[in-house]
Amino acid sequence: MLLSLLLETRPNVQFWPFIVVSFITILSALYVVTSKKPVYSVLALIVTFLSISVHYVMLNAQFLAIVNIIVYAGAIMVLFLFVLMLLNLKKETEPVKHISWGVIASISGLLLLFVLVAALVSIDDYIQPGLDREVGLIKNLGQMLFTKYLVPFELTGILFLSAMVGAVLLGKREKKEELS
Amino acid sequence: MSLLEIGFHIFDKVGISNYLFLSVLLFCIGLFGVLYRRNAIILLMCIELMLNAVNLMFVSFSSYLGDSNGQLFVFFIMVVAAAEAAVGLAILVSIYRNTRNTDVSFLDNLKG
Repeated sequence: MLLSLLLETRPNVQFWPFIVVSFITILSALYVVTSKKPVYSVLALIVTFLSISVHYVMLNAQFLAIVNIIVYAGAIMVLFLFVLMLLNLKKETEPVKHISWGVIASISGLLLLFVLVAALVSIDDYIQPGLDREVGLIKNLGQMLFTKYLVPFELTGILFLSAMVGAVLLGKREKKEELS
Repeated sequence: MSLLEIGFHIFDKVGISNYLFLSVLLFCIGLFGVLYRRNAIILLMCIELMLNAVNLMFVSFSSYLGDSNGQLFVFFIMVVAAAEAAVGLAILVSIYRNTRNTDVSFLDNLKG
């Protein structure tokens, strides 16, 4: 609702693919938060990630669009789905919430939204567009990744290794539980 | 064939502030979910949503300013998010094994 209001008041939005994809993104994100069934939340989150990938394509960031689909919508969401099926949450496990929690969460979210929009509302006047329009291509990104960001790239491998070891260790069944 | 070759650029059509408002709205939806929901899986998903909102803001600034550092930061954020999801879900499975529940309000053993 707020976005549509902003879209109507700003004259530089006449590009319908942006509006359509933005509405899909926001509606599916709201469904993630409000859905009662966790499986529907996961599926809505996949729709959100796919529409964010469409945004990346429109922003000329093709490499990140593909990586977003493969890593997020592919790997991470499949992991979430597997865990959901493993946990067997058939009955309604979420208890009845007190109404004040909803009020508190809404107030906090809307306040943060208000502050951030107020901070960003006049940004068009302060920054100038760059001339280089090919930054999102895989050639330029790979060039930078393996020269300037080589050390962080290697550290990423160590992070993955430690995360994998940690996940296996945490997921391992203890001996006491096997007996009972 | 990339969209570049037909001379397309999104910021000729749409101002950058619209992308920023979109990502701010996504971030706030994620924050609302973290505060409102009690199911630990939904909480992890809302955190992923907030990470994606930040990624969208990084990419829009990077594409607007013609600076590829932002897109590489997004790449590293995705790596960290993947590691975080794996470890978080492993913790979640072990919590479920102990309490037969994924409700975070049951995890009040440290309460005095």
